[in-house]
Formats: sequence, structure tokens, C-alpha cells
Amino acid sequence: MTDISATPPFPHRHLLGIAGLSRLDIETLLDMAEAAAPLSRQVNKKKDTLRGRTQINLFFEASTRTQSSFELAGKRLGADVMNMSVATSSVKKGETLIDTAVTLNAMRPDIIIVRHHQSGAVDLLARKVDCSVVNAGDGSHEHPTQALLDALTIRRHKKRIEGLVVAICGDVLHSRVARSNMILLSALGARVRVIAPSTLLPAGIEQMGVEVYRDMRKGLAGADIVMMLRLQLERMNGAFVPSLREYARFYGLDNDKLALASPDALVMHPGPMNRGVEIDSSVADGPRSLIVEQVEMGVAVRMAVLEALSRHLPNN
Amino acid sequence: MSHVPIALINARLVDPAAGSETKGGVLVVDGMIAAVGASVTRDQIGSGATIVDCGGDVVSPGLIDMRVFVGEPGAEFRETIATASAAAAAGGVTTIIALPDTHPPIDDPAVVDFLRRRARDTARVRVLPSAALTKGLGGKEIAEYGLLKEAGAIAFTDGFHSIRNSQVMRRAMTYARDFDALVMHYAEDADLAGSGVMNAGELASRLGLGGIPVEAEAVTLDRDMRLVNMIRGRYHAALISTRMSLDVIARARAAGLPVTCGASINHLTLNENDIGHYRTFFKLAPPLRHEDDRRAMVAALADGLLDVIVSDHNPLDVDNKRLPFGEADNGAIGLETMLAAGLRLVHSGDVSLPRLLAAMTINPARILGLPQGRLEKGAPADLIRFDPDEPFVVDAAALHSRSKNTPFEDARLQGRVKLTLVAGDTVHA
Repeated sequence: MTDISATPPFPHRHLLGIAGLSRLDIETLLDMAEAAAPLSRQVNKKKDTLRGRTQINLFFEASTRTQSSFELAGKRLGADVMNMSVATSSVKKGETLIDTAVTLNAMRPDIIIVRHHQSGAVDLLARKVDCSVVNAGDGSHEHPTQALLDALTIRRHKKRIEGLVVAICGDVLHSRVARSNMILLSALGARVRVIAPSTLLPAGIEQMGVEVYRDMRKGLAGADIVMMLRLQLERMNGAFVPSLREYARFYGLDNDKLALASPDALVMHPGPMNRGVEIDSSVADGPRSLIVEQVEMGVAVRMAVLEALSRHLPNN
Repeated sequence: MSHVPIALINARLVDPAAGSETKGGVLVVDGMIAAVGASVTRDQIGSGATIVDCGGDVVSPGLIDMRVFVGEPGAEFRETIATASAAAAAGGVTTIIALPDTHPPIDDPAVVDFLRRRARDTARVRVLPSAALTKGLGGKEIAEYGLLKEAGAIAFTDGFHSIRNSQVMRRAMTYARDFDALVMHYAEDADLAGSGVMNAGELASRLGLGGIPVEAEAVTLDRDMRLVNMIRGRYHAALISTRMSLDVIARARAAGLPVTCGASINHLTLNENDIGHYRTFFKLAPPLRHEDDRRAMVAALADGLLDVIVSDHNPLDVDNKRLPFGEADNGAIGLETMLAAGLRLVHSGDVSLPRLLAAMTINPARILGLPQGRLEKGAPADLIRFDPDEPFVVDAAALHSRSKNTPFEDARLQGRVKLTLVAGDTVHA
């Protein structure tokens, strides 16, 4: 792994979003993650960067891959990792977010990883604790480590991000993944497109520095990266789009639509997938899919983030 | 496909698109208009075509009726595609837009397909299905506009139903815009309409009937205009009936919004007084209004603010009409009498003949993106011939519709249709 002292210092105590990071900050994290990736492929995956440190995973929303990814990243860096299950905690008894933060803070953790269903909740919690806080997804706002792992995956395959055409397709309206990716990819010089029915586009999207397409076939033309988003099933049935079959027909990625993108276009999805809805299995499991590699890079990126933040930990 | 050409000669040609009348003829070859104008004469055509001497009668494009309940599927006891299209052919209507308020409703591509097949097999005129704006016409979940449009739905409407939930209406318009789908909406605030059964006012009070205020239409229409302003999708106010609604439309037009509007022939030619002593054949939705509103509607037709006239053909059987006024269903048939009733406005000097016909031909054609409704070379040969002055008395029993709930029973009208061609084929003569 990279010698920490060789990389530029990461000047933030928390990672609450991509917004607020400089291009240099982002590239530093990507370089560190790139260096961390091989560790997970070794027999001995352990380092001791965070030995003695306590990491709490506080997930107010169900998560499989993000929570386990943060857990593994912490453990591989030597931290003691505790998973707070909200289902059995005081939160269920009506404790406020701030009270939960104060309570956890009193236990002297070093890093808290937080996912919350309300936009801005992670930021609020960060202001009430003395340790570092990492946003693992807040409402429809940001999911910074997902954007970083997406960027790392792209960079490893395309050797660059500058100048690439990246099409983000699906439920942009509710997606924190889309927001973080739009900011990060734009900051690194990619041309970002979003593709969705108007009912799944946030107001003012045109002013957010992206090209907007309602017709997927047009939006995919010449794309180097096709990034599909998950559509929550409860949003399908007539509320935002009429039905699964209509969505699949007009906004699902199949080989037919993928053929409109660049000949060497690659396909991504943050998971979990609705197979046959936003992505056809032949694409998800096909030769151009980076979906499994995204998961692997997730661990590397989270290790890099924890490492970068460790330099600001208390008592250091 | 290859028929003997037909030449309609010696006609008074009314071109609603140009707003003009000329003398001449129309030559029909292979279902299309091959020539039109003064050059189409017996001498010019020669013996290669069937000659129809129109003797100075009007020849115009066939009518396009944007609002027709055809009964199929599910209400075949009231109407079928065969009987509706027979009524249409007799009334000079060559294209019908079918409403989706059927059983099951037209909210699924398979039902659109069913209707198109039934029309192909049983209809004399063109029958184009509209499809539901919301699933089950329930006003809650948006329908599959993309798949429905691919299946052949021409436009989207909840028919007799008005969408109450503004968020649903917003999403419907937003999603429809992506597919360039036309939204046709019947605007009525259900809460303001309440349990009313006729126009609110003195007459309703004297009759002891619950009234529906003109605001019930305007409030929902106003909301819709604000949503159109936000979304900028195509919107057609399917059925307006009041001066107040016309003002709403006029303001939207002045602001450049992509809005059109239609009214039923009933609201242009009848008023609330026709209800008389609880005559349920005049119970309509929206209700027949005050004479001032009717006059405003006619003026709007004359000056172009009102784009479209529909029959709002709604066949109802006796069981649903021969009831106390408050319990009877809303609706009247109209396919067969729309033209002649409309000609009343021409004979009274309120509207020119080309303007009247434009509201039944070229205007709906443009709104729906159809190639017919035009009297020009290359257009489909959907044509009608009529003498606008020929008097007749409406005999309800002789009407072709399966239901006989006409508000023009025994009315003295002028302008019976003598010949109807659809794609060059004679469907009524």
C-alpha cells in the first residue's frame, strides 16, 4: 500500500459528499484506492493503519453491499468495527438523531459511517460528534464513496476520465448515486449525460452541468460509459412511471440499446439490480459489464477514505 | 386496392383549411384525392371514372369526431362499433376517436389492439382509439403512454372522468410530454360539481335540482393551465361549456401555451331551458348552460378561440334515461345530427360554413396529427356531400345508433348528408 506520507494531505475531517472536494482531493483518494486494491487480493489482507481505532457503522437504512464493504475496509485496516442495527436500537424507541449522535460520541469512536434516509442527516450528525464521519448515503443527496468507486472502476478500464461521455440513466430524481457521480465526473472533466423520463428528473437538472435526455436511444449515442440506476419498485406502479414493462421497454438497458453507445462502451450499476427492468441480464452478465468489479473497488475506495481520514483522528 | 376512380363534379367545394369556397370537383383515385378544383369537370375526367354530379351541393372533407363512445368492449347493449360507425357514416363523420371509458377500459395495449381489430372488421368509418390517462380511469396511476401509443392509441384521456389529484395530473402531463402524447382532459372539479345535476342558477332553483356552477369547470381548467405552463406539454380541453372557461383558454393562448379546446354540438345549439320539464335527454355533462354561455361559445367558434366541435356521442338505453332527472345518466347521441345541428349556426349567420367545418375537420386533424380532414391533393379521400339547405325532421327511430337518446328528436334541421366516402369507398349514400 502507498506510503501515506507520499500522498498529498487530505484536508478534510469528514467525507460528507463529493461537493466540497477539490479535483486534487478526489484524485488523491483515487490514487490511494488504486494502491489499496491489490491488498484485498492477497492472502493476508490486513494492515494496521487503524489498529486500536473504533469504527461504528450506523445504518438507518437497510444495506448489504455498502455496509459490508465498509466493515471489511475497516477490518482490513485493523480497526474494531461495530455494526449498529437500527432495527433493535433506541432509534426504534423514538430517540432523536442528535441524541443518538451524542450517545455514540460518548463512547469515543474514531470514525462513524452513517447512512440515513433523510438528505442532510449525516451532515447534522457530523456537527454533533468529535470523530470523523463518512456519509454512506443520505436520502437523495449524496453517496460519495459510490461515486469514488465508480470513478476508480472507470479509470482502471479507460485510463482516464477527462473527456469521456458518461450516460447516467434511470431514477435521477431520487438517486444520491447520480448526484455524487454528476459532481465527481464533471469535476474530473467527463461529459455527463442523464437519461430518464421527465417524471424521474429533478427540477432544474439542466442547470446542474449535465446534458439531459428523455429519449434513451438518443442519450446513449456515443456514450463511453453507461451507468444504470436502480429504480425502486414502489415508484414503478403508476406513480412516476406506469409499469415495469413500459419502463423496461423504453428505459431498460438491453443489447439492442447498448449497441447505440460507443463500440467499446462499458456498463455499470450500483446494485442491487432489478434484472429485466432497468437492466437486462444479458447486459448485466455480459462482457462489457463492470458491475462485479465495482463491488471490489468499493472495498478499496473505502479503505482509502478511512486511511485518508485517519490522519485527522483525535489524539493523533 | 385499385378501384375505379370517382369524380365528384359540379360541387360547391368547401376547403376548411383555406377557409374558402369554390366551384369545381374532386377526383378520387385509389382512395386518395388525386385532383381538386375547377379543373375537375365531366369533360376533363372523361370516361375513366365514375362521375357523380353533385348538382351544386357542398363537398367537403369528412368530419372527424374527437369524442365518441362506441360501446365496445363491454357496453354492446348501448352501442357497437358497427352501429356507431353506421350512424357516423350517415352523419358525415368519417373518423371517430373512441373514448376509453369501456369495460374493461382502454388502458392496456391489448385492449387498444382489440379495438383496432374490431374496427377493421366491423366499422365503415375510421375508428381510432384514445387510451386512458390513468389506469382504470381511476385518477391515481399514470397509464402506459409509450406502449399504448405504440399499439395505436391516438391520444390520452380519462374520458368522462376528470383527474382530481393535481400531482397525478402533473405527472401524467410530464410523462405524456416525453412521448409527445396529446392529453385530452374533461375539466370538472368534482367537489364543486358535488351532487349537482344541471347548470346552477335560477332555473335549477325553480326546478328544485342541484346546480353545477360554471366555476366547477373553470377551477380545474385553471389548474390545468398552470400545469401546462409548468410542463409545456400538449393539452386539449376536451369539453368546455362556459364563457368563464373560454376566458381561461384565451389567457393561456395569449401566454403562448400549447392549448386547444373543444365543445360539444349540444352546448353550441342548446341551453338549459331545453331541459324544460325535467327532460332527461338534455341531461349532459357538462350541463347545458345559460343562453349567455351558449352565445359566448358560438362567438368563440366564429373567432377561432374554440377549435373543435364534437358530438360527444354517448348512447344510453332507456333504462338509464327514463328515470327521475336526478337519477338519469348524463349524455346524448350525436354522430348523426352533429353536422345538421351545426348548420343552424350557419343559417343564423353566426358562423361561416368553412369555419363550422374547420372545427369538425382540419382542426381536429391538426391536433391529432392526422392526414385526413383536408380537401387537397394527396389527402385521404374521406369526403361528404350535402345540401346545407335541405330540410328534414329528425326521426329518432330511424337513427342508426343502437340507442335513441337524441336531444334533437323531432327537431327541424337542414343539411342531410347525401354521400359519405371513406378512403374513396362509399359508406353512405
